[in-house]
Amino acid sequence: MIAFILISVLLVLMIAAAIYAVVQKDLLYAVIATGIISLVLSILFYLLQAPDVALTEATIGVALTTIIFVITIRNTERMEVEADKEENIKSTKK
Amino acid sequence: MDSTYFQYLDYAIYGSAVLVILIGLYAALVKKSLLKIVLGLSIMEAGVNLLFVALGYLKGGTAPIFSDGYDPSQVMVDPVPQALVLTAIVIGFGVTAVALSLVIRLWRHHHTLYIDEIKNLKW
Amino acid sequence: MKKVLVILLLAVVGFYISETFFDIGFGNSHFVNNEVIKPVKDTYLQQTVQELKVANTVTSIVVNFRGFDTLGEVTVLFLSVTALGSILYKRRHHVGDRSVLFSASSIVTAGSKLLFPAIVLLGTYVFIHGHLSPGGGFQGGVIIATGFLLMLLAYENYSVSHTNLAIVESLAGVTFAGVGLLGFVYGEQGTFLENFLPSGVLNDLFSGGVIPIIYIAVGFKVAAELTGVIYTVLNEKGEQNG
Repeated sequence: MIAFILISVLLVLMIAAAIYAVVQKDLLYAVIATGIISLVLSILFYLLQAPDVALTEATIGVALTTIIFVITIRNTERMEVEADKEENIKSTKK
Repeated sequence: MDSTYFQYLDYAIYGSAVLVILIGLYAALVKKSLLKIVLGLSIMEAGVNLLFVALGYLKGGTAPIFSDGYDPSQVMVDPVPQALVLTAIVIGFGVTAVALSLVIRLWRHHHTLYIDEIKNLKW
Repeated sequence: MKKVLVILLLAVVGFYISETFFDIGFGNSHFVNNEVIKPVKDTYLQQTVQELKVANTVTSIVVNFRGFDTLGEVTVLFLSVTALGSILYKRRHHVGDRSVLFSASSIVTAGSKLLFPAIVLLGTYVFIHGHLSPGGGFQGGVIIATGFLLMLLAYENYSVSHTNLAIVESLAGVTFAGVGLLGFVYGEQGTFLENFLPSGVLNDLFSGGVIPIIYIAVGFKVAAELTGVIYTVLNEKGEQNG
């Protein structure tokens, strides 16, 4: 009974984090949502009796992928610019 | 308890893994900022790994580690999908790292990450 | 218009994938106990304990039964790290020329000096005991790289010599291929990556033949590679935009 509730809560959290990562325009928050997906995935791997895979996903998915994305955002731009196509194209043809 | 529990779980785990794959694929096809496309690829890989490991589960099985010696009456889950997913996670990280280095290099050249505009500026 | 077409395509793909998987069922034994999959799984589980005397089945599959795929994976990781290093190419390499502009606060600097040896010790333990408990070369190597990342983010002028990292990584890769080639000379059947050392007692540290040696080499290689990746990416000085 407890495992039933736990798995349901984890699956709903994973889908909510995935939808949030796609919709959000501030890229830093989207990257943190991807880290939450990897964390939930690591707990699910442990509940499916696969401890090696859980260790690998917890370290690579949460630590390394997040840090590489954050350094890329720091070197490029932070907000996803999608607003006016005409304005964006006109602004570079000076 | 057993039959309804497992009937609900088999729709839930496979269904949510396929849903996460579709969400990642939507982000890779529709979004217009290069960083969002790479993020969609990363989400899609997480879904595929979950689908694969959930395929090898057996009812009442334990992890395939023999701490107490060999006991042929103990049911163990299938170890082959776990070995394949171990390789897949590491290679997925390698692909994400190379894709992000290409994004940084494109930013240095064009100063924008909006793909419609990168396609318009020829050189 | 494009969004409608994409949603239609995703619905068709999702319907066919999920219908296949709902047919298979979750946790049912009739999928795993048919006459193609059951012999493979039972042979692996039995031979791991009785012939190789290794307690962790996933380790013996990754290193011994399907060891050639692991050699391919190590090669792909090496190629991707080389590609990343050559795409972000810079002419001159200044020390202290980094994305992180300021040193962290005093709690972080004092704490990371204490935590760094503990993290390296944990990573070393995980990859040495890969054949006895969950863990192995890849997991331990990534934990050590996380320790180096903590030190690089806390201190402004902490630097790791790129030459030493390249030497460690190359020597570990050569060890892996070299142990495989020794299987030609010393093994009974003379094949690549054969287990030619005697397997000891179950649950002993020196059991399993060549499996601990290969996993220690893989652990060193992955740790050196990922530290090099983080160091390359941190040294990118882009334009300043908050």
